[in-house]
Amino acid sequence: MTLLEVKDLAVSFPTADGLVQAVRGVSFTVDAGRTLGIVGESGSGKTVLTQTLLGLTPGGQISGSAVFDGVNLLGLPEDKMRRIRGAQISVIFQDPLTSLHPLYRVGWQIAEMIRAHDSSVSKAQAHERAVELLGRVGIPRPELRVNDYPHQFSGGMRQRAMIAMALSLEPKMIIADEPTTALDATVQAQILDLLLRLQQDFNTALILITHDLGVVADIADDVMVMYAGRAAEKATKRDIFYSPHHPYTKGLLESIPSSTAASERLRPIAGQPPSLINLPAGCKFHPRCAYVMDRCLSEEPSLRVVGEDAFHSSACWLPVEAAGLSDRAEELRKETVREGRSDAAAEVAEAIAAAPESEGSVI
Amino acid sequence: MDMVRFFIRRILTGIVVLWLVATGAFFLFFARPVQVVAHQLAGRAATPQIINEVISRLGLNQPILVQYWHFLDHLVHGNLGFSFYTGQTVNSILMQDLPPTASLVVGGVILWLVAGLSVGILSATKARSLFDRFSTVGVLIGLSLPTFVVGELLLLIVFLPLNQNGFTWIANGYAGLSGGVGPWLGHMLLPWITLAAVQAAIYTRLTRGQLLDSLGEDYIRTARSKGLSERRVIYRHGVRAALTPVVSQLGVDVGQLLGGVVVVESVFGLGGIGQASVQAIYQDNLPVIIGFTIAAALFVVVANLIVDLVYALLDPRVRIS
Repeated sequence: MTLLEVKDLAVSFPTADGLVQAVRGVSFTVDAGRTLGIVGESGSGKTVLTQTLLGLTPGGQISGSAVFDGVNLLGLPEDKMRRIRGAQISVIFQDPLTSLHPLYRVGWQIAEMIRAHDSSVSKAQAHERAVELLGRVGIPRPELRVNDYPHQFSGGMRQRAMIAMALSLEPKMIIADEPTTALDATVQAQILDLLLRLQQDFNTALILITHDLGVVADIADDVMVMYAGRAAEKATKRDIFYSPHHPYTKGLLESIPSSTAASERLRPIAGQPPSLINLPAGCKFHPRCAYVMDRCLSEEPSLRVVGEDAFHSSACWLPVEAAGLSDRAEELRKETVREGRSDAAAEVAEAIAAAPESEGSVI
Repeated sequence: MDMVRFFIRRILTGIVVLWLVATGAFFLFFARPVQVVAHQLAGRAATPQIINEVISRLGLNQPILVQYWHFLDHLVHGNLGFSFYTGQTVNSILMQDLPPTASLVVGGVILWLVAGLSVGILSATKARSLFDRFSTVGVLIGLSLPTFVVGELLLLIVFLPLNQNGFTWIANGYAGLSGGVGPWLGHMLLPWITLAAVQAAIYTRLTRGQLLDSLGEDYIRTARSKGLSERRVIYRHGVRAALTPVVSQLGVDVGQLLGGVVVVESVFGLGGIGQASVQAIYQDNLPVIIGFTIAAALFVVVANLIVDLVYALLDPRVRIS
């Protein structure tokens, strides 16, 4: 069952330097109980995208639609939006230290949210529920720790508390915005496990925003790779990892550090993400793409189906068959590039090849 | 438990500070040629005999350490000594001058906090609005006007026209609370505004800045995403966090307050400790000067203790660590 359907969502912010086009027409759906991973570098628009769904991007010019459980979230009056925030869609943020209020007890912050949506719950009941939730996310002696302040918690415990808060009203959907980025590697795995387990217990839909394909591999069902405010590729997790079509997705895969092949050098994606004020013409990825062709310089590709199932789609001019990591696919890509590249594109390709590797971004 | 230990330690430190201030003041003033003091007391035409008589009557001929011992002995018994001129106890002079000063300080601080916080909060929540721009101009004016100018302006613009037209509620001088709250308010209103004007401007700016900072924090985004009302987000989450720096600033400012009090007391003819200290300094009335210095130090120590207490109540991170 489709829980959230986003169509052609675009968000831009007028600034003194010009219009920042943070999100430029994104469509996707999230089904109840499933996990969508949204992957991209900083500035790819993934956070703005989800904040817009909750009406938390003041000053943004928004178009498109986002129907959640039958209600279009965009342009919803503030009082109605407020009843959805926290109760139906809740958020887990990146840095649990700065995201919890330093001056209030952890339990109070959870109880506050419960009571904000249901004033019939007494303070004592809300407190009790906070204890229960903290226990459920694996905080030892929750009846004592519920009265602690955030600075008395470790990083992992703080994120557990954030998760407890996000679950407190059993929302239909949780947006987790880089939930493990600020945590130690060992804690990261625990938090992801917890998130996955609770998601299954509560049958909650999850949007997981991350720059880390490793995190996606752990818990996502479907993946949307974003670049410069648009979807570069959408597919099931399996297709993203085994038959990526977009060169950007391929680049992301090659830049994952793998613990089993520590000696192998990472291949960073050359260059930096583009400025969202001055976007390049044509495909926004072409200044960093090893497969740049003439048509990439002037025409921006839109998503089209590239896989066997209709869900796998990619916004790239490479032929539909050129998906995957096999030698045959690579051969096909090279051949297409040979045919499609003349002087202008060759110049761009040379510039990319000549760029010092240290300037590339490993994400 | 930690809180109790913390405050016992702070009280002990406070006592040490008071002792240091008292000792410093004593030696600074008493370690001077006694002839000068006695000469001034005895008047221009004094003969050496009269001067010597004065010196021995005041006990100034005793060794300095003996004098210091007497001074400390009196001090721990709450006796600050006697005025050189009138023979009145310094305690009674203090008690007599305290009400106007206390009224001025307490009312002034409350007024500047209320004005500074409320204008600051409104400015920050409506940043770049017309109100914010007006308040920024007001802050600049407040900051650039010296206290005595504010006082004289108020006398000229408010006090004189009202009194000339038979409206005498706003009055000069001091009227004690024993005469009723109405007259007391009428006497204190302009001094309060004068004392609070500059500080209210500073606190408006401080509050606005702190609140804008705290409203940009991640926990505010969390509060919004929890579905709280905007009012609750701003006041319970934003203002709450912006308050702690304001309170610590108050601790600093209260210490410097007594300097500003002198000017306001003089402009409005309130009497009070500030004016009395200035007079005592002119007269070389040593026991009064020292007594007032110790009283001022006591005020600062107690005020800081209260500020620390409030700060610890506001910020759990201070409390526990």
